[in-house]
Amino acid sequence: MFERIMVPVDLTHAERLEKALLCAADLAAHYGATVIYVGVTTEQPSAIAHTPKEYAEKLSAFAADQAALRGISTEAKAYASHDPSIDLDPTLLKAVGEVNADLVVMASHIPNIADHWWPANGGSIATEAKISVMLVR
Amino acid sequence: MSDTSDDQGIPAPEGSADIIETDYVIGQDNIEKQIGPFGLDIHNPVFAISGLAVIVFVFYTLALPEQAGSVFSWLFDSVTKGFDWFFLGAANIFVIFCLLLIVTPVGSVRLGGADATPDYTYAGWFAMLFAAGMGIGLMFYGVSEPMSHFSSSIGGVAMGENGVRTDWAPLGGAEGNEEAATRLAFAATIFHWGLHPWAIYAVVALALALFSYNKGLPLTIRSAFYPILGERVWGWPGHIIDVLAVFATLFGLATSLGFGATQANAGLNELFGIPVSSTTEVILISAITAVALVSVLRGLDGGVKVLSEINMGLAFLLLVFVLLTGHTIALLTGFVDYLGAYLQYLPALSNPVGREDVNFMQGWTSFYWAWWISWSPFVGMFIARVSRGRTVREFIVCVLLIPSLVCVLWMSVFGGNAIQQVLNDGYTAAQDADLPVKLFKMLDVMPLASITSLIGIVLVIVFFVTSSDSGSLVIDTITAGGKVDAPVPQRVFWCVFEGAVAIVLLLSAGGLSSLQSMVISTGLPFTIVLLIMCWAIWRGLTAERRNT
Repeated sequence: MFERIMVPVDLTHAERLEKALLCAADLAAHYGATVIYVGVTTEQPSAIAHTPKEYAEKLSAFAADQAALRGISTEAKAYASHDPSIDLDPTLLKAVGEVNADLVVMASHIPNIADHWWPANGGSIATEAKISVMLVR
Repeated sequence: MSDTSDDQGIPAPEGSADIIETDYVIGQDNIEKQIGPFGLDIHNPVFAISGLAVIVFVFYTLALPEQAGSVFSWLFDSVTKGFDWFFLGAANIFVIFCLLLIVTPVGSVRLGGADATPDYTYAGWFAMLFAAGMGIGLMFYGVSEPMSHFSSSIGGVAMGENGVRTDWAPLGGAEGNEEAATRLAFAATIFHWGLHPWAIYAVVALALALFSYNKGLPLTIRSAFYPILGERVWGWPGHIIDVLAVFATLFGLATSLGFGATQANAGLNELFGIPVSSTTEVILISAITAVALVSVLRGLDGGVKVLSEINMGLAFLLLVFVLLTGHTIALLTGFVDYLGAYLQYLPALSNPVGREDVNFMQGWTSFYWAWWISWSPFVGMFIARVSRGRTVREFIVCVLLIPSLVCVLWMSVFGGNAIQQVLNDGYTAAQDADLPVKLFKMLDVMPLASITSLIGIVLVIVFFVTSSDSGSLVIDTITAGGKVDAPVPQRVFWCVFEGAVAIVLLLSAGGLSSLQSMVISTGLPFTIVLLIMCWAIWRGLTAERRNT
């Protein structure tokens, strides 16, 4: 039913994404789908990486770890944004098209991340994306 | 060492060697909390100290207005008069330093690394740095400054009893000589709006961009001090630097917001007869803050950038309009002539010692330099934020030379037209009017006066919206320890806070002018900060070269 499952991740708080990651991995195993981890970073240095390129490398490493851990096929796609506090929604929606996803699995209501997605980021992705969106709380 | 990926041997941006190795993790001192529906991600203690210090100062000026007034005006006088030589000398150093960066090999270092591509097009980038840097001042002083220097120059030199000059003419003045007075007036005006102010901004912006994009340190003022303070920069010395920067930015914005409301009110009075009162001004500040909030919520690309581009378009239209319907030939020849006058008088005007025109030097030049410098953390940080991907040479040319030329053009057209009105038409209303009204008086006798005056008011207001918006962005980043993706409600908080401080100060007698003195006084410590930054930039850039 699904071939490409997109999972937005915030590497700064990766540990809090566990449920969504597990859920996406189970679905991927069930349908033989590929999971694409999408991260949005700042162009300025952040806690997780000094540069967008370093961020992309860390995201790729994260995807590789997940592949080994869960026994699924994974990809990574990083975006740099001028102003992620505001531009996160449009960037993720753009990513849905660019990675050719047919399902989005995303965590919601994580402290601080919920604020990035202000107001209710998962909700707005579900409203505007043309494909199925599964919110994991 | 870093991988070298282009012919010039400039280290790749993302190469590990040019990153400064530090154990500090961005956001490690931050407090992350959920308060009700709002998330919080603020630097401890910079956020709390800056917020509280602002409140304490506002209460002080409210509770003891007279005492505060005299303390601040004493501070203001001692800074601009006692340290005039220091401001002038330092500003000259910044100009020479920037020009050197263009011609030396380090000019080819790219901010963000050799592979970085510019985040913004030239048009968007240029519009933003101009709108943040001096848009509002051009509206306020475009007509009034050349006019003031013209009047004082033609009046000539006047000696006081103690042998100290009492006139305000630049250099030796030009008594009774209209042509010479005009040239001198423009040389002095362009001097204040040309290379020197933009060099001040360029130094701060370049330091921040370099240490953030190429060295991987957080985007806050303290990062530029890493070469000097090392790891201590993450402790109290760094806290103090950042708090000072927040302080200067917030009060600079609040006072400007207050003065901008005054000018917009004067314009509305001129145009629609709306009374000049504090009620109108409070409504104006609230409206400007409300529009700024919308802009804040639309983010950098959808808010500030769009507004800046609209404003640059409007300003350009107004410029072309005045050029075509005014004294066109005189204005066009004036541009070249005044540029020549600027270069001719530049050595004398920028001379820091042994000057006889003390009033001009202290009251105008020294005041301006302190003012630009106190604004530099804010404008510099904003310029840095939008300048990733440019080479140092490109950066300096676009932040120093092009804006200077645009200022020359703007001043020549607006001020030039007003002076031509006096010389050729005998129309002196603009010459006689108060500072905020001069622009509108000049437009008054030109075609479509009601439309152009309205555009003038819109420009003033939108320039304030962009300043308020970009200021909130900058303060939020500094108080979040260099995190640019802190929760949006924090930006909203700072934006509203600025508006509130401006209103409170506007309503208290003399509140705005005493705080303006306060802001200017912060220019003195920041001048030292800027001089150190020059050295840090040089060290940072040459380290990039050696990595080849």
